[in-house]
Formats: sequence, structure tokens, C-alpha cells
Amino acid sequence: MDQENTNKIQFEKNDDSVVVIIGSGAGGGTLANELAQQGIKVVLLEAGDWHTQTDFIADEWPSFTQLAWLDPRTTSGTWRVAKDFPTLPAWICKTVGGTTVHWAGASLRIQPHELQTRTVYGDIPGANLLDWPITRADLDPFYDLAEKKMGVTRTNGIPGLPGNNNFKVLYNGATKLGYKEVSTGRMAINSEPRDGRTHCYQRGFCFQGCRTGAKWSTLYTEIPKALATGKCEVRAKAQVVRIEHDAQGKAAAVLYFDGEGNLQRQRARVVALAANSIESPRLLLLSASAMFPDGLANGSGQVGQNYMRHLTASVYATFPNRVDMFKGTTMAGIVGDEARLDPKRGFVGGYHMETISLGLPFYAAFLNPGAWGRAFTNALDQYANTAGMWIVGEDMPRETNRVTLNDTTKDQFGLAVPNVHYDDHPNDVAMRDHAFAQGAAVYQAAGAKDVYLVPPYPSTHNLGTCRMSDKPRDGVCNKFGQTHDVKNLFISDGSQFTTGAAENPTLTIVTLAIRQSRFIAEQMKQGTI
Amino acid sequence: MLRKTDPSHEPIPLTRRGMLQGSSLLIGVLSAGSALAPFVPSRTWALELSALDEGQARIVMAFIKHLYPHPSLDDAVYALVVKAVDQKAAADKATRLILLEGIGHLNAIGNGNWLGRDVALQEIDVRALEGTPFFSYLRVTSVNTLYNNPLAFKHFGYGGEAGDTGYLYTGFNDLKWLPDPPPSASGPIPKDD
Ligand SMILES: Cc1cc2nc3c(=O)[nH]c(=O)nc-3n(C[C@H](O)[C@H](O)[C@H](O)COP(=O)(O)OP(=O)(O)OC[C@H]3O[C@@H](n4cnc5c(N)ncnc54)[C@H](O)[C@@H]3O)c2cc1C
Ligand code: SF4
Repeated sequence: MDQENTNKIQFEKNDDSVVVIIGSGAGGGTLANELAQQGIKVVLLEAGDWHTQTDFIADEWPSFTQLAWLDPRTTSGTWRVAKDFPTLPAWICKTVGGTTVHWAGASLRIQPHELQTRTVYGDIPGANLLDWPITRADLDPFYDLAEKKMGVTRTNGIPGLPGNNNFKVLYNGATKLGYKEVSTGRMAINSEPRDGRTHCYQRGFCFQGCRTGAKWSTLYTEIPKALATGKCEVRAKAQVVRIEHDAQGKAAAVLYFDGEGNLQRQRARVVALAANSIESPRLLLLSASAMFPDGLANGSGQVGQNYMRHLTASVYATFPNRVDMFKGTTMAGIVGDEARLDPKRGFVGGYHMETISLGLPFYAAFLNPGAWGRAFTNALDQYANTAGMWIVGEDMPRETNRVTLNDTTKDQFGLAVPNVHYDDHPNDVAMRDHAFAQGAAVYQAAGAKDVYLVPPYPSTHNLGTCRMSDKPRDGVCNKFGQTHDVKNLFISDGSQFTTGAAENPTLTIVTLAIRQSRFIAEQMKQGTI
Repeated sequence: MLRKTDPSHEPIPLTRRGMLQGSSLLIGVLSAGSALAPFVPSRTWALELSALDEGQARIVMAFIKHLYPHPSLDDAVYALVVKAVDQKAAADKATRLILLEGIGHLNAIGNGNWLGRDVALQEIDVRALEGTPFFSYLRVTSVNTLYNNPLAFKHFGYGGEAGDTGYLYTGFNDLKWLPDPPPSASGPIPKDD
């Protein structure tokens, strides 16, 4: 552990004046710092281990084993992930810093109309669309703060990152095709030294943890800053299994297993849940009681429903010459033209194309899971000459796409594991087909030999399972992430998203956490929570 | 797991024969002019077997080459899969039984010598086993091993650990066969202080 990364304070377990935050990723890590900066006492509980940048491993599978969430999970539904990765529905982290350790850094604001999908898209059969209870005008001041905090390129006068080879291929193909919004994008990766962190050295291991610290992660930004206030204590290897409430129905404490496997109870004035969109609803469901028989804060029945994961798909293409896509930032460029709303394409919502690169081990594992034979080995033979892009598009929320408790499979604590059910909506299928065709056209315009249309990886963007709603009956929390049913219980991660939008979610998760911190501080001052 | 590409480490399970009396060995020689030659201490490689005998190991090797055929990929890399299979078989009885059954089945098809069968027929035999535990086990182990070692990285042109220090000064943008994007699309290269 770094010198700066050590606790300066320890709170008593029976101290009921602290805010307990569950999960230290984009939402939880940011909220911890924002509250601590305002002088509020915070206990940050994180299930994973506390790593440093020197621990990171420049080797895909060992790094995955080191940092990913590997507790047992199950899947169902017609999505291909259930077939290819039946026990690994999501690719997220279990470590201090959460999935911001693995993330690629793409940081885009949600478009105004995407916050009003029910109004703008209309009633799409089979989709549970709802307008967010907030607008871009509500979010913009906080987006400003988030971009400044994260050092997002192409905002605040920060230059864009230099494009790598993978970007050159994308750029040439996309502009030949007539796309206009093509650049190295808005990335929370330092293009020049900033905020005590160096610039990007183009390692290409963004998905394995950024050793240089150029990429923003709560692990080495928010969390040390929170610790420095002396108001925040981080407890790693503290896996929460239940949120308890008092006789009035207010959150009162959380139960967690510490690193030695002992059950601990931390009392709390406020509880903020930021365990990512699979564990957050699971914890609410596991916390069912006589007063809340369907799970905590689940009066609407929406806890766990409307699970979204973004459209996702990849297009890889091979060229007569070398690309070496693995050199440099993983997400090195973004095409924005297809993110617009244009139902003439045969679907509502839009998508971005973003470069992606995988090292040889992951490329082999993800190119076409289950495949063998010459078609597969031909693709691998051309690895050095391959360029890649990832499609991130808006998927439709559906009540039936949901996280539930699977009582037949238990985790290491004997608790029901989460089951993740997902069926593609016809709109998702239409959008993916469109994106595959356009992605292929981009690479063909750049001179591709073979194009590979690659199915979704385990979900990296997990959203919507405790969504915000104006009316309590439509969702789990209000526009500040405060649960409708339990006033001092907050949802502070991507589970809050009412709909998914076409943008990578983390900038918005951070934005919402900053906004929520002001609300919590104000409510505490007023004594309403 | 082999992670180091440093040639002073032994990147393939090369063992001196004298030390291994009594155990089964799978031995091979890197093909003349193999691209891997500079990265291994000797052109001869030997894999000490724990659960399989040499004949069984050769069948596994042939089978996985049918699954993932790369004509120019050296046997030394395929041998890493055989090593993983052999070690699992030594540690896990169920896997051992799956392997022995599959190998026995192949040999029965080949009248006791599946390796002597015509290569085209072998390929048909392999395809016919798709869906069996033997096939699935070898396929999964192959895909997770064959492309996950420093020798494969060299062969297929992946930088692996070499990227740890970054490609900023070593060619992250060295592609020359397409024009460079304009500065409005791609940012400046940072100057070190
Ligand atoms: C490979 C990859 C690339 C990505 N690239 C991008 C990108 O370019 N742009 C973008 O916007 N997003 C990206 N993402 C997604 C982004 O990382 C997530 O959206 C974001 O981190 C989610 O934030 P969160 O706070 O919801 O959860 P997380 O960051 O996942 O944090 C949740 C934390 O809670 C902890 N936790 C869970 N359960 C418990 C429990 N019971 N008790 C205690 N702790 C618990 C977890 O261990 C974890 O640390 C990427 C993700 C991956 C995997
Ligand atoms: S490419 Fe840049 S951001 Fe990514 S890991 Fe390397 S230094 Fe960090």
C-alpha cells in the first residue's frame, strides 16, 4: 500500500454517525471523496483487495484473475453471453477502485434526448422505457465538475490523445465512409501530466490496470484524496451481505464478512449502495425482512428489473499490412455519427464505434467462443494485421431482463447467487445488425481483407437495476438516487440509470455521485436523514 | 504459466535428458529457421510427461493440431498444450479417464495406430467427436493455452509484456500504409519533462 493510500482514521463499528458506502468503484469511490471533502465521516467497504499500480500484471488472464469479480453467478435468457459464458455474465472488478481499474476511459455526456426516451421514442412494445427524472440542464454543472475531476481530454482545454495505429485505420475508414465525428475522443486519460499523474505512455494494458496512473481510476485519485481528509476509512476485503433497518424502516447498519471471514456489523446514519448493477440489487433482495418482504426499497417491485448492458458487439478486420492494434490506448478513437436519433435506420437510439484491441490470449478467447478449425486459425494467423472496434449502443430496458436471486446456487457465504437474465429486444437486434454492417463498411473502406463480426463479451456496462423515477411506483430511487422507500438509503452507481443511452456510462456515474454528495450533505445538515 | 520472454529463462519446458531417467518424454526439435529459435536456449525441446505415455501424448498433439491448425506454428508451442493436458490428467482422475477413453477410441478407429491414418481421415475423425467431453476438454485447453504463452506471442506478433513500459517511443503510431489523421482528430505527442 502506498504511503498516501493508508487510513488516517478508524471509526468504531457502533458509530452510527457515519455514512457507509458499499463499493469503491466509479460511484462509491467518487461519493466517498466528495462527502469527505465536505467534512462528512465515511466508511468505505470494498469486497476486493487493495492493490497498487505496481501490483498490476501485463498479462491478460493473470490480471483478470487478480482483479475481476469471480464469485459464482448464473445466467439465463437468449443472449449469447448465457451460452458462451454461463457463469460469467459480467466483466467487472472486485478490488479497491472497482471497475475503474479495468475501464478504458471513454467519457461522453449522455445526449439530452436520451434522458427523455419514453417521450421521444414513444411506446416501444416490449420495452419498459421511462423518462429520467432529470434533464441535461440538471446534469451539466455536474458534468463540468466530473470532466474537470477526471481530466477528460478535449474538455477544459486538455488536448486530445495522440492516435495509435488502430485509430489510424478507424479514422481512414470512417472518414472515407463520410463520417464526420471521428477523433481520439474524450478520454479520462492524461494526454499531459495533470493532477499529480503522468501522461499516457501508450502501454495498451488499459484493461489490466494502468501502471502509470495516466488513466483516471478511483484507486489512485478519489480514494487517496478522501483518505487525506482524515474523514474517510477504507476497509478492503469487506464483503457486505445485508443491509439492516430499524423499527422505523430506516437503514441502520450493514453486515459484512471481513478478510478473516468474520461477520461484522457497521452501524450507519446513511447507507449508499455502489456495488455495481448486479450486486446492488442482489444486496437489496438479500436484505428482505418482515417489513420489506420483497427486499429492501422494493415497494415498486422494480429492484433487479430493467437490467441493461449496452448493445455491444465488435468488428475486427484484417489488412494486408501490420496494424499492431495492441500498441497504445485500448480505446483510441471514437466515431460519433451513429449516436444520433434517426428511426429511419430501423431502430430507436444510437451507437458509438470505439476502437478496441485485445491481446492474443483474449482475442483467441473472445473472437468466436467455441470456434475451432481453419476459419478460426486463419483469423488468428493475421493477428498482427488486425484492427478492431467495439460497438456501444443503447439497449432497451425490459422488466424481464433482470437480476434475481438463484436459490439453487450458493456463494462462498452460503447466500443465493445472482442470476442475470437477458433477452435481446428486437430493437437491439436491428441496431446490432446496422452497426455490424457499418463497422464492416468502415474497415472495407480502409482496405480490409476479412471482416469478423464478434458477439458480445461478458457485460462491462451494467446498468438500470435500481432505476431512478419520478414516481415511486416506476422505479427504486428518486432523482438524487435516494430510494423511494428508505430515506437514508441511496443508490450511487450505474444501477440508477433510468435508460442506458448510447454513451459509455462512467462519466455519468461520477457526475451523479458528485450531485448526490451535495444532496446527502444538505439533507444531513437539515436533519432529514 | 510462463510469463517471461527473457531468453535467460527457459521459455519452453526444456529439460536435460539425463535427469529424467524413467519418465516418459515428448521430444521435438524446432524446425530449421523457426522464428522462435532466438528465444529458446536450444533447438531441442523435451517435455516430461506425468500421466500420458509418449504415444498418447503424440495423439493428443496431433488432435489439437487438427483443432487449431497453424502450418507454421512450431510443435514446441503445441507441446505447451500437451503439457497442460498431461498435468491436468495427472492431478485429476476424471480428466485422465476422459483422455484415455478418447485416445482409446481413436486408436480403435485406426486399428491400434491412429497416427498412421491418412491425415484427411484423421480430420474427419476429429470432427466426428465434436460435442464429446474429450473434444471439448482438448478444445478449451488448447484455446486457453496455445495463444497464451510468450512463444505464441512471438509467432503471432503480439507484444505481450514488452508493452508494459509503453509504446509511446516505440512505435504506437508507426503505421505508414495509411495517411496520418489531422491534428484536429489526433492529439499531440506529449513531451517528457
Ligand atoms: C474492460 C472494461 C472497459 C471499460 N471501459 C469503459 C469506458 O471506456 N468508459 C466507461 O464509461 N465505462 C467503461 N467501463 C465500465 C465502467 O468500468 C463501469 O461502468 C463503472 O466502473 C461502474 O461503476 P460502478 O460504481 O457502478 O461499479 P464498479 O466500478 O464496478 O464498483 C463496484 C464495486 O463494488 C464492490 N462490491 C460489489 N459488491 C460488494 C459487496 N457486497 N460488498 C462490498 N463491495 C462490493 C466491487 O468489488 C467493486 O469494487 C469499462 C468496464 C470494463 C470492464
Ligand atoms: S495506454 Fe495509457 S492509459 Fe492505457 S494503461 Fe497505458 S498508460 Fe495507462
